[in-house]
Amino acid sequence: MTMPVETEVVERSGTFQLAGTAEGQALVFSQPLSFWGGVDAESGDIIDHSHPGLSQNVAGKILVMPSGRGSSSSSSVLAEAIRRGMAPTGILIERPDPILAVGAIVAEFLYGISMPLVVCDIAGIVSGERIFIGVDEDGKAIVRFVDAAVAEGAAVQ
Amino acid sequence: MLDGEQGPSAAAAMKILVAFSNAVGAHGLLDVSGAHIDGCLYHGKAGLDFVERLVEGGGRVLVSTTLNVGSFDLIHPGMVKMAAAEEVPARRLMKAHLELGCQATFTCAPYQTRFRPSFGQQIAWGESNAIVFANSVIGARTNRYGDFIDLCCAMTGRAPAWGLHLSENRRGRILFELAVADPEPSDSLFVGVGLIIGQASGDRVPVITGLPQPRDEDQLKALGAAAATTGAVALFHAVGITPEAGTLDDAFQGMPPEETIRISRADIDHALARLSGVADGAPLSAVSLGTPHFSHEEWARLLPMLREVAPGRGIPIYVNTGRATLTRLQEEGALDGMEAFGLIPVADTCTYVTAILERLDGVVMTNSGKWAHYAPGNIGVTVAFAEMRDCIRSAAVGHVVRSVL
Repeated sequence: MTMPVETEVVERSGTFQLAGTAEGQALVFSQPLSFWGGVDAESGDIIDHSHPGLSQNVAGKILVMPSGRGSSSSSSVLAEAIRRGMAPTGILIERPDPILAVGAIVAEFLYGISMPLVVCDIAGIVSGERIFIGVDEDGKAIVRFVDAAVAEGAAVQ
Repeated sequence: MLDGEQGPSAAAAMKILVAFSNAVGAHGLLDVSGAHIDGCLYHGKAGLDFVERLVEGGGRVLVSTTLNVGSFDLIHPGMVKMAAAEEVPARRLMKAHLELGCQATFTCAPYQTRFRPSFGQQIAWGESNAIVFANSVIGARTNRYGDFIDLCCAMTGRAPAWGLHLSENRRGRILFELAVADPEPSDSLFVGVGLIIGQASGDRVPVITGLPQPRDEDQLKALGAAAATTGAVALFHAVGITPEAGTLDDAFQGMPPEETIRISRADIDHALARLSGVADGAPLSAVSLGTPHFSHEEWARLLPMLREVAPGRGIPIYVNTGRATLTRLQEEGALDGMEAFGLIPVADTCTYVTAILERLDGVVMTNSGKWAHYAPGNIGVTVAFAEMRDCIRSAAVGHVVRSVL
């Protein structure tokens, strides 16, 4: 992995609810998003009219939010979105969430697609930052952040 | 089990269960001796793929396992109208569950079957009305299980040791005082109380005082179903009525309530009024009863009422019920000639989850708080809520008529 200038990179550790590696642009919400009734599994579009992320798209992003929310049917919707390639590539949450964990684990079991789910501090993360999720030698999650401008610069190098 | 000694399906189920258990902060797993699976309604390929994979891996449920409604009435072919592309996987989903050793109950009221659990029994149930009934009316113990996890519990005979499986979490935390003098134990009273406690309880176990002795457990069924519709209630205590609430002190396990809410007659009327989208006199296109599934006792009230009121305008009166109940009625000859009154029994599914109703214009009347809440969004009908007798009277005259609720 090519890393930009060291001083621009922030790193923090977290706990995996489902282990894996991923990278993508952060999509950050201060309000939890329910996948059931909140995300269209066929497109990744956010469809919850009461959520500030309405009409944004979660596909290929690293979704960052305080927690999961709502009905257990969210497990099915997340699994279906992962199957269709319309899910986030990874999710960072502050509090463990059983419903997201079940959806991610079932999708990995069925389709061999791993969408890491990490419990970590999400303070200070802003949408658009490039995020890398990795695994350290003890199996803990390593989350690296590069701000959008630097990530852009790294991409053209 | 995790190592695959009992096959790949059991190993996968255990892996998912352990991850779920860790996520909810349980300190371990405990044995369950029954499960009820809410997995037979087709919502997309991932759900079917999961069950198929367990079937391919030679999976079998380890405990007595009942099934919730599916998308089809398998007893009455042709009743459900569905595009072929969806019909094939939807039918397969119901059948695949049977191949795992689940019982072909296809009912949202497994507590009406011979698989009814007993007081104190640890179980893992899906379906919100069944969960609240099992916990509250029977005193069995389950959390609100759902997607994939109910089946993982059935495949392993285990559940996370947390929540309502543990005695200390079953204590009441919020008190509702029904402040209605000498209330009639009408069906709508129980629905109204359910709607209100569902809205106000959040994740706290509600305790109700002042409720009249119910005529039968179907009134508690209606209360619980309503509470699990407007909220996430998985357990309620009704003092002097439900098994863990002999006294107020029993219900709260000696602790004080965190909050007390008074329910007046006006509160009940207001909650019930919100279930009706039309005024009296609106033309009626159908009646739907039996959400949750009609019990044998409810049939025993309905059938004489149909004979007495004798609706003859061809307005369909759909009654959702479990196939075991339906078989019993047929063996008793109880349904003979009843089609003349518009009666259409529906088994294995429910009129608000799939395409059964012939006409979606006009008004559908129901005595179910749950149906009244969900049907407008699910199938796009306008609903009028009323007591069962008013539903039948309205079918006889062709428009909505209601006694004072």
